[in-house]
Amino acid sequence: MRVTKSWIAEYAALPAGLSGRELGEALVRAGLEVERVEAVGGDVTGPLVIGRVVDFVEEPQKNGKTIRWCHVDVGAELAPDAAPGPLRGETVERIGSPGGGYWPRGVICGALNFAPGDHVVVALPGTTLPDPTQPGGFTIGSRRTYGHLSDGMICAEDELGLGEDHSGIIVLGDIDAAGEPWVLGAPALDAMGVADEVLDMPITSDMGHCLSVRGLAREASQSLGVAFTDVIAHPTPAASEGGYPVRLESDACPLFVALTVEGFDPAAPSPSWLRQRLAACGMRSISLSVDISNYVMLETGQPNHCYDADALAGPLVVRRARGGETLVTLDGVTRRLDDEDLLITDETGPIGLAGVMGGETTELRDATTRIVIEAAHFDPISIARTSRRHRLVSEASKRFERHVDAGAAYSAARRVAELLVELGGGELVAETVAGSVPAMPTQTLAANLPERILGMPVSADQVVAILTASGVRVAGVDEPVADGGEAAPGASLTVTPPTWRSDLVDPFDYVEEVGIKVGYDRIPSVVPTAPAGRGLTREQHLRRAVTRAVATSGFVEVLTFPWVGQADADALGLLADDRRRRGVRLANPLADTAPVLRTTILPGLFGALARNASRGIDDVALFEAGRVFFSAGDEPTPLPGVSGRPSESDLAAIEATLPEQPRHLAAVVAGDWLPAGWDGPAQPAGWRQAFGLAELVATTVGAELTRAPASVMPWHPGRCAELVVSGTVVGHAGELHPSVIKAFDLPARTAALELDLDLLLSLAGEPGSVAAVSTHPVVKEDVALVVEESVGAASLESALVAGGGTLLESVRLFDVYTGDPVPAGKKSVAFALRFRAPDRTLTDAEVAQARAAAVAEAARAWGAELRA
Amino acid sequence: MSGPNDQYDPKQVSALSEESLAATVADALGAFAAASDSASLKAARLAHTGDRSPIALANREIGALPPAARKDAGRRMGAARGQINAALAARAEEIEAAELEEALTREAIDVTLPVALAPQGAIHPITGLMDLMGDVFVAMGWEIAEGPEVEAEWMNFDALNLHPDHPARAETDTLFVEPASAHRVLRTHTSPVQIRALLNRELPVYVVCPGKVFRSDEFDATHVPAFHQIEGLVVDKGITLAHLKGTLDHLAQAMFGDVTTRFRPNYFPFTEPSAEMDLECFVCHGASVGNPDAPCRTCRSEGWIEWGGCGVVNPRVLRAAGVDADVYSGFAFGMGIERTLMFRNNAEDMRDMVEGDVRFSRSLKGESR
Repeated sequence: MRVTKSWIAEYAALPAGLSGRELGEALVRAGLEVERVEAVGGDVTGPLVIGRVVDFVEEPQKNGKTIRWCHVDVGAELAPDAAPGPLRGETVERIGSPGGGYWPRGVICGALNFAPGDHVVVALPGTTLPDPTQPGGFTIGSRRTYGHLSDGMICAEDELGLGEDHSGIIVLGDIDAAGEPWVLGAPALDAMGVADEVLDMPITSDMGHCLSVRGLAREASQSLGVAFTDVIAHPTPAASEGGYPVRLESDACPLFVALTVEGFDPAAPSPSWLRQRLAACGMRSISLSVDISNYVMLETGQPNHCYDADALAGPLVVRRARGGETLVTLDGVTRRLDDEDLLITDETGPIGLAGVMGGETTELRDATTRIVIEAAHFDPISIARTSRRHRLVSEASKRFERHVDAGAAYSAARRVAELLVELGGGELVAETVAGSVPAMPTQTLAANLPERILGMPVSADQVVAILTASGVRVAGVDEPVADGGEAAPGASLTVTPPTWRSDLVDPFDYVEEVGIKVGYDRIPSVVPTAPAGRGLTREQHLRRAVTRAVATSGFVEVLTFPWVGQADADALGLLADDRRRRGVRLANPLADTAPVLRTTILPGLFGALARNASRGIDDVALFEAGRVFFSAGDEPTPLPGVSGRPSESDLAAIEATLPEQPRHLAAVVAGDWLPAGWDGPAQPAGWRQAFGLAELVATTVGAELTRAPASVMPWHPGRCAELVVSGTVVGHAGELHPSVIKAFDLPARTAALELDLDLLLSLAGEPGSVAAVSTHPVVKEDVALVVEESVGAASLESALVAGGGTLLESVRLFDVYTGDPVPAGKKSVAFALRFRAPDRTLTDAEVAQARAAAVAEAARAWGAELRA
Repeated sequence: MSGPNDQYDPKQVSALSEESLAATVADALGAFAAASDSASLKAARLAHTGDRSPIALANREIGALPPAARKDAGRRMGAARGQINAALAARAEEIEAAELEEALTREAIDVTLPVALAPQGAIHPITGLMDLMGDVFVAMGWEIAEGPEVEAEWMNFDALNLHPDHPARAETDTLFVEPASAHRVLRTHTSPVQIRALLNRELPVYVVCPGKVFRSDEFDATHVPAFHQIEGLVVDKGITLAHLKGTLDHLAQAMFGDVTTRFRPNYFPFTEPSAEMDLECFVCHGASVGNPDAPCRTCRSEGWIEWGGCGVVNPRVLRAAGVDADVYSGFAFGMGIERTLMFRNNAEDMRDMVEGDVRFSRSLKGESR
């Protein structure tokens, strides 16, 4: 909502000299937000002054246009040094005493709506005027045009940003804003009294009453402690049928006021004060009647509508739409109506979408002299639904949705009628009031509730005083109140909000009202004492530990967007039945190319990797930990009521119908892990880092991880390991498939890992007991085993461990060899074994026996032969 | 060589004479002193203390002496050998020290050569900040609550007093899961986690809920469609707006040092009374307000920075979660992590936070963000 300070000042007795910013601060204290405070005409800088047209000649041009070559008096101080070109003949007369005085200014003007002697607004050279087409505006200079030196510009309203009128230049009245004769050369905006400030305020949905000058003036006056005058001066009369006939057929319209004005002059123009005020508040001037309608809406908050009485047929009936009716609204759109839409109708059918927008057939025409003014009250929810259904948000619907003061309808209609009569002639001839102002809900409020909730002393008397000042009717101060079944100390108040405060419903709404009016700055600051906490959960600890371990190991964490498209699944080479194709689809995705929530983090990481590469960063190791989403089907999620805890079955159904959304950890690595340096060649990044990272993560969470060959996209089938913990596959790691590298335009040999972190954590064991450290000597033995090349190193190691028994302390693979003398198709794998007993020094015989047992198991399980 | 029963003949054992031994010792000491390194010292040692050395040969002669003379000769021999060994040890120590000194000098390296155990990894500044803010509350005894990102509409809206016709619900740029009639959304705030905390935990509840949230927002320097929030919820007996103020003052100081805070009335359906929490601009301290000559980028010359929304939990929310609103009251608050990062670490363009450029993630110094 944009509103001028001067308008608010009409109804709130603002202290003299209060700036727009200070007014804004007062409104902020009242719970409003002020986005900007702008000066009206603030875009004008430089010498914009009052002038008087001395004389002019009209000079027709070849293009058919006529211009006026004018001499303008801008006072002695701003007079030019030299005489302007003459109007007629050869000489120019000085202004003022003969022999003394000063020269007038020569100005070319394209407008024809002024006469010699008129007072006008002159932009002298050096004045900068607003220009929507160029930031910073444009600056007036002396320039030669139409054969004369034009030494300034006579301004129209739109050129100053005061309105939209460009039909002619501004011709000022006889006296200035202060009622004094014009002073030539005086700063024009001040002298005209248009210097003003505009406050731009987003209004939250509970502050519907502040979508009006009236509401803002009330809040400002309360906040500043100054007098308030209510523009809504007339109480709503009892229902009457003296004017245009009206019938209410829906509960959604409890009140409808229809006033008839006759003898209106449709040609009467909008006066400049009206146009300028609307322009400052961001509204275009259309015609006098529309301008008045908008003006009264801004002022009172009551949307209203003017019908051409001669275009109406029969009574105005407010009812719901039925059976596929249609309506052409004022914006020219044909609307197919829903049975829930609330309508204004006459005998011809729908003539308006109630509270949202009027229809074309009954709008005012150039010849309209009889007007029916509508000001009605509509149910906010009905209006909100219609507005949403037709994707039609109007100034009216915005207000009705947020609740309009039903008590304002009659008075606002009267204000429209009075302005029509005042500015356009005619008279108010008849009025109809259908229905009545609905009663506001009465509520019981414990007088000490504000104190209990705000956490500061607020006496019952203070509560009563504040609420009364806000228009709340307070009664029953001395009755004891039942609270939680017990008689509470203190009084109970029976409170009824004024008709404009639909936001005051619950006791806590009144607490807020009291809190705001007392001032939030007076609330003390007290840290509450929580019960003894348990710290982070095991999972939270481990997830943090994983993130830090992975980062410390050399990977950089990134946070990518979770939306992907079909193209990503295809580029990953996922099979048709791959679970990762069963993503959760969005109904209103940000981009049609990415309508699905990720089932794998990898495409996001690939994008980040490619972006780094495109910025010249080639050696990249990235990771992200976040949720992925697997559809659980289309079964609707329950929407239980809100009056109490949902049933356990509803809660269970909520969980069951939500997608599965486990946290994954994914990483990609490309380029060089460590670049070539003074101490050695580059260590290229690849599957080693992916495997190493898997081991690191498993170690960090205390899981025993094994790797087994796997063939899963998007990985290279010969260079992919499934990551297994306790017999469960928790993820995969390895080099990416060349086709995937190509599809995502990644560096060759890019490697990746992705694992289900939640699953991994669920499988990770407890930390266990600390080790008993044996101080007896170690015996080291190496063995080289010859096996088929297909036998995995880990399998062989497992066999040695199984066979070696308890004396085998550790096994470490230290060499893999193929070639002579190892037969073709076989490899030699060498292990360093360490034997130790917890309680004694091992004998040679014991070691030899254990070593032989280890080798024997390797031989039994994998056909290993001890290499000679 | 003399036999034991031979007649004592001093000439035969002249090597044991005082003069002769002194000469032998002098020779040895001279040789040791002349040795310049451990190799030449070894040669001198072998020559002057080895089996065939003069002193060893002289020692053998002791047996040839008559018993009466042995004692004397033995004493002289012992003294001589003592002198030789002491000199040898001293010289060995000198040479070892000199050689060590030389080796240390020779082995000196350029300690400024680049080295790396691993590439430079980093946690994302948002993650670090989220953990840091969570820790402030864990230190007060609160716990960290979590919830799903695809959420039930009921949890995200209805339970939070945002009924389907509520204007604020329509104003929220919600991303709906298909079909929209199935009432699932990408959570628009972390507030549904508060509902879950109330549904699933014993009272009293003191939790913070950090996490990712989604809006169908523009993607520009100040808006991203996926971002992070941290919300807090306390529900206990006797909780007031003053407790909310105290908690947020504490958080503000933990995050920004000694800052002035301000509560400004605002509206949220899930809290009543509601407030916006502002921080006094810790860059210009309000000096930029109405002062075009000294504009402030941090607060856009407004003097205050809007940090987060908060308020007393609306009793309607408590009731929807099955909490007795006549017995318990609570407060809740929420702020954007990205916004906090912008103020705290001068992040200017939110796009940097989601584009995955490693230079952004690496830019903050140290482990403690």
